[in-house]
Amino acid sequence: MAKPDLMDFDRALELYEPVLGFEVHVELNTATKMFSDAPNYFGGEPNTNITPVDLGLPGSLPVVNEQAIRYSISLGLALGCSIAESSRFARKNYFYPDLAKNYQISQYDEPIAYRGSVDVELEDGRSFTIPIERAHMEEDAGKLTHVGGSTGRIQGAEYSLVDYNRAGVPLVEIVTDIIYGADRDAPELAKAYVSTIRDIVVALGISDARMERGNLRCDANISLSPRGSGILGTRTETKNVNSLRSVERAIRYEIQRQAAILSAGGTITQETRHWHEDTGRTSAGRPKSDADDYRYFPEPDLLPVQPSTELIEELRAALPEAPALRRRRLKAEWGFTDLEFRDVVNSGLLNELAETVAAGASPQAARKWWTGEIARLANAAGVDSSSLVTAQQVAELIELVEAGTLTDRLARQVLEGVIAGEGSPAQVVDTRGLAVVSDDTALLAAIDEALAAQPDVLAKIRDGKVQAAGAVIGAVMKAMRGQADAARVRELVLERAK
Amino acid sequence: MTTANDLIHISAADLAERLSSGEVSSVEATRAHLDRIEAVDGDVHAYLHVAADAALERAAEVDRLRAEGDAGLGPLAGVPVAIKDVLCTIDMPSTAGSRILEGWVPPYDATVVRKLREAHLIPLGKTNMDEFAMGSSTEHSAYGPTRNPWDLDRIPGGSGGGSAAAVAAFEAPFALGSDTGGSIRQPAAVTASVGVKPTYGGVSRYGAIALASSLDQVGPVSRTVLDSALLHDVIGGHDPRDSTSIPDTWPSMAAAARAGRREGAMKGMRVGVVKQLNGEGFQAGVTQRFTEALALLEEAGAEIVEIDAPHFEYAIAAYYLILPAEASSNLAKFDSVRFGLRVNPPGGGTVEQVMSATREAGFGPEVKRRIILGTYALSAGYYDAYYGSAQKVRTLIQRDFDAAFGRVDVLVTPSAPTTAFRLGEKLDDPLAMYLNDLTTIPANLAGVPGIGLPIGLAPEDGLPVGIQFMAPARADARLYTVGAALEQILEDRWGGPLLSQAPELAVATAGGTN
Repeated sequence: MAKPDLMDFDRALELYEPVLGFEVHVELNTATKMFSDAPNYFGGEPNTNITPVDLGLPGSLPVVNEQAIRYSISLGLALGCSIAESSRFARKNYFYPDLAKNYQISQYDEPIAYRGSVDVELEDGRSFTIPIERAHMEEDAGKLTHVGGSTGRIQGAEYSLVDYNRAGVPLVEIVTDIIYGADRDAPELAKAYVSTIRDIVVALGISDARMERGNLRCDANISLSPRGSGILGTRTETKNVNSLRSVERAIRYEIQRQAAILSAGGTITQETRHWHEDTGRTSAGRPKSDADDYRYFPEPDLLPVQPSTELIEELRAALPEAPALRRRRLKAEWGFTDLEFRDVVNSGLLNELAETVAAGASPQAARKWWTGEIARLANAAGVDSSSLVTAQQVAELIELVEAGTLTDRLARQVLEGVIAGEGSPAQVVDTRGLAVVSDDTALLAAIDEALAAQPDVLAKIRDGKVQAAGAVIGAVMKAMRGQADAARVRELVLERAK
Repeated sequence: MTTANDLIHISAADLAERLSSGEVSSVEATRAHLDRIEAVDGDVHAYLHVAADAALERAAEVDRLRAEGDAGLGPLAGVPVAIKDVLCTIDMPSTAGSRILEGWVPPYDATVVRKLREAHLIPLGKTNMDEFAMGSSTEHSAYGPTRNPWDLDRIPGGSGGGSAAAVAAFEAPFALGSDTGGSIRQPAAVTASVGVKPTYGGVSRYGAIALASSLDQVGPVSRTVLDSALLHDVIGGHDPRDSTSIPDTWPSMAAAARAGRREGAMKGMRVGVVKQLNGEGFQAGVTQRFTEALALLEEAGAEIVEIDAPHFEYAIAAYYLILPAEASSNLAKFDSVRFGLRVNPPGGGTVEQVMSATREAGFGPEVKRRIILGTYALSAGYYDAYYGSAQKVRTLIQRDFDAAFGRVDVLVTPSAPTTAFRLGEKLDDPLAMYLNDLTTIPANLAGVPGIGLPIGLAPEDGLPVGIQFMAPARADARLYTVGAALEQILEDRWGGPLLSQAPELAVATAGGTN
């Protein structure tokens, strides 16, 4: 092709307005599956975590998981939705081997939660309201593994294996209304939206919400409208977006790709697009049309879901603070500047910080450790900060520093020990013998030794060249293997010079 | 002294008493039925599978428990029973009469089967049926038709022709059936047996291979009203594995049946004759026996009222949209991936091609016809006109029932428009076949219970005629009372059960049974 396949992002935004829509699937962490009493867990040996219901065996019947209903209502309420007095399950009929019954039980025209909105904040602090059309319950499908062929996809595979362990895992699908006006913030807004949904489900405790494990999946719909035309473009639906960063990149990519096609006079194919994390591109999936006929009809094996007003109010009363409100409150309580607070939020460390402060640490110290040394170590190891240390451990570390037991430098060594699994900070201090030497006698002995080795130093200090003390302080710190408070050493050196 | 011949001819209730008193053993009773199956089932073909060894083992176990004085044995412990092949059984193939499930042994028991076992009944085997319960003659079984014990050239009804014929041919004292549009009641009518479709939700559907989920209901088939009631008491009640199962506790159906045999049971009972389901389109002998039965009820103190149910005439049309729609979805799982038949197209193929080849080879023509109809009825653009309209009709029929039950205690119709027709007679005319369920379908659409029982032989062909009573949802017990009352009146007139007038079946002499 002669034309470039991507248009410059800024140029694309000059010509077109992006129109967005998201479908986020949240896997609920209930004890059992959506419609069977198999444990809600899908690792392990394929096809072991299944019942006749999950396999769709003849004669088997689904029974709705009450916990999943409660979780879905809580999520609906947290999204500001109305909860339906009566909602229904429907069958979505299509043949695919990962679908045990060749229909998926989902909610169609009568979802459990409808019409809500979520406020999301952009990195610069601006707020954007995302309209929510609905949140509905459904069951997950099994997992196909395509064997043979180079791509691991169905095209070119010799055969495919199917594992039904995931079949029947409870999902809530959150569908937004069409989102206008995101403009050049579209990529960041997409990330912020998914991040907010993640915060909400984590705060509710209804999902493990690990995107890399598929607990939270985002399908991003995007189309471009020629600026000022008011005409909606043809949309694509990008799937397989498994991290917050990818959500942002995928939207950005699709804007650039679609803009290049449209500006060259081409047309956008309505289709699913498959996001490739490695190449940062999307590729064509299956064509998707509004005329896809799933022959939906009400699921006759299940009764309508009719939660009592008491249940809804009970769940409403138990809702945790909305993430946006909570952020506002914490920022005020901690006295952070805009920049400091945004730094914490954007690092995804808000919960860690809050827990650390709750465990007794000062907000600034907690911020310093989490966004500093811990983030650096996590980054180097390519893992989440929260997987390295607990808030409790960090709070303990900070306490040791503030009590003077550790210097910052010693504390970093203790942190390494904690991460290495050597125990709590106090235990690491003990076993590594890392506490600050606060015995002046020991320090003075080391100082005298250093002064004897550098006889001219005392004279220089007495001549007013106080910076000459640095050489002695360095020698003492070295002799004490760093386990001394440099400020105290300095004080003692200056006393000796008097 | 009870002979083997007695053991197969007495009712389940009588047999249970003799077992309980120690007069006969379960092994003797079970062996007598197995011998009978061996002797006549070559002609009747009521069974698809006979579990002789397992049945005798279980019977011996029950005899042992009884000898030990086990107080936990239920009232029917040791009584043999036949099971329609639509029900999942962990130890017997469960094919629903279809090639696509040939040899499939489920890894679990249907709830009703589990309840039979817990009550220590003795499953004899699995009975024949129209494939996936689609049919009114059992001719659509992939394993060959069942024949009517009254005339082997005639159909035994369907889809549960196997269960009805087994009972009518004394190959089992009673059996389980399933009724989606008449599959228990219509076979009962043409074989002079008793059959009950319980209130929707009264009996668990878990493990019943689904035809149309909103219509299917498992129920008993027997030779006496009391026997059906006894079996109903075993299988009925709430099942947490079936969300549509009603959580109520139920009165004893057996007690209700016994109450029906008391003097004056029909006194003051208001019986509604459905105007739309009487007269036109019914065989003369059917109408004649039906009219006589009404006169007997009136004589016994019932008040006969004519009931207008204006929407009943649309019942078949609505039914043949709702049923195929649900069936097309329920049968989608038969795709060769997880269980059942797999047919690989020549030279291999994609999964879609394997699914297609399997379904082409595994489903019979009636099943394909209904899958196509149902798929069409649910399609975008047609849904409102077909499935949507049918559901509205269903609501109107439910309202007709509500209005009727505001005036009467039970409704009454003939169980089927004709007596048993000849094998092959309607096989090429699906619409004529569908009309067999004219009177039974409304109860399924409304979820109300119905009972069918014999009321005599049609003068023109000497074949059995059945009557159907329907009651409001959850009033199944009332049907047993009414049914038992009429049964008593008729048997007093006949001098015994109608089935004693059935011709003797030829008995196969080969084989090593004794």
